[in-house]
Amino acid sequence: MMLWRAIVAAVLVGAAPALLAGEIASDARRSGYSFMGPDTRIMQDDDTSNPGMLFVLDGETSWGRTTGNANKACADCHGDAKTSMKGIAARYPAFDKTLGRPVTLDQRINLCRANHQQATPLPYESRDLLVLSAYVAHQSRGVAITAGDDPQLTPFVAQGHDLFMQREGQLNLACTNCHDDNFDKRLAGAPITQGQPTGYPLYRLEWQTLGSIERRLRSCMTGVRAQPFDYGSPELVALELYLMSRARGMPMETPAVRP
Amino acid sequence: MAALINVPARANAGDIIEIRTLTSHIMETGFRHTADGKLVPRDIITNFTCRYNGVEIFRADLFPAIAANPYLSFFTVVNESGKFEFEWIGDNGYSTTASASITVE
Repeated sequence: MMLWRAIVAAVLVGAAPALLAGEIASDARRSGYSFMGPDTRIMQDDDTSNPGMLFVLDGETSWGRTTGNANKACADCHGDAKTSMKGIAARYPAFDKTLGRPVTLDQRINLCRANHQQATPLPYESRDLLVLSAYVAHQSRGVAITAGDDPQLTPFVAQGHDLFMQREGQLNLACTNCHDDNFDKRLAGAPITQGQPTGYPLYRLEWQTLGSIERRLRSCMTGVRAQPFDYGSPELVALELYLMSRARGMPMETPAVRP
Repeated sequence: MAALINVPARANAGDIIEIRTLTSHIMETGFRHTADGKLVPRDIITNFTCRYNGVEIFRADLFPAIAANPYLSFFTVVNESGKFEFEWIGDNGYSTTASASITVE
């Protein structure tokens, strides 16, 4: 009896790492940058050839422009973004006490517009919203990601982790099947990356424009022929939060360039 | 609309310098349709010029197959300090300008 128990225990212990095979070791994590060709890397590295910087420049203008019934600009409360916004994007999505749930940077910008500027919310993926989030996130370039550290976020990180592991769509694939188990291989001609969200919002050559992580997640969902979650839905926020916590400690690259 | 210009701040007389320009534009081809079948009208930059102290040194025509946010790079010989002026002209009366200065020793 004791022997059987020992064997069962040994099998279970032996099986445990296989069950968690998906997880990427901390020192094996790689930004999408390392999967790119030299031309695209040069494009990202040089601020005068990185098209994402066009959006950052427009964001700087928006930051100083008054809007809404309160006739206030972002700069009127937050001052110079170069100091006040440094490191902010690296800890988003962050917990909002009033709402009792995490909010993304885009949602925070719209909350600010509603509560302090008395302005209408900017639609998801609109240029006006993207330029502001790009400008704010650009101030965190080089800063290590710390999103998810807040203990109040623990259940939401867990929800995001579950979604990441959950098979879905007609192809019945989970995020983990590609981005944990098969990165560095190819899907058709394109390299499969680890899905580390270090550079959002980022400029995708395929999109010909800047886009948010939510757009990227939704196109992955369409790719596995699942019904994508809506922009700003709790599921997408949880996924973004889990991905950011998974990339904890990696430096921000906003605005990144991806093929 | 924002534009990013890369011109060296200083150069020696007779040097060949590289000028790189990047500008914001959607470059809508005019060949795409919306989900309900309507044609999205063409909206592109059609022409780019660069003047060096008032003299045109580079001109390019742009077409629908050129990607959004067009990036152009070209070379010129510099002999005197002065100003480069850039102009992008496009559909629907689109026009935007930028400039950059260079000191030639």
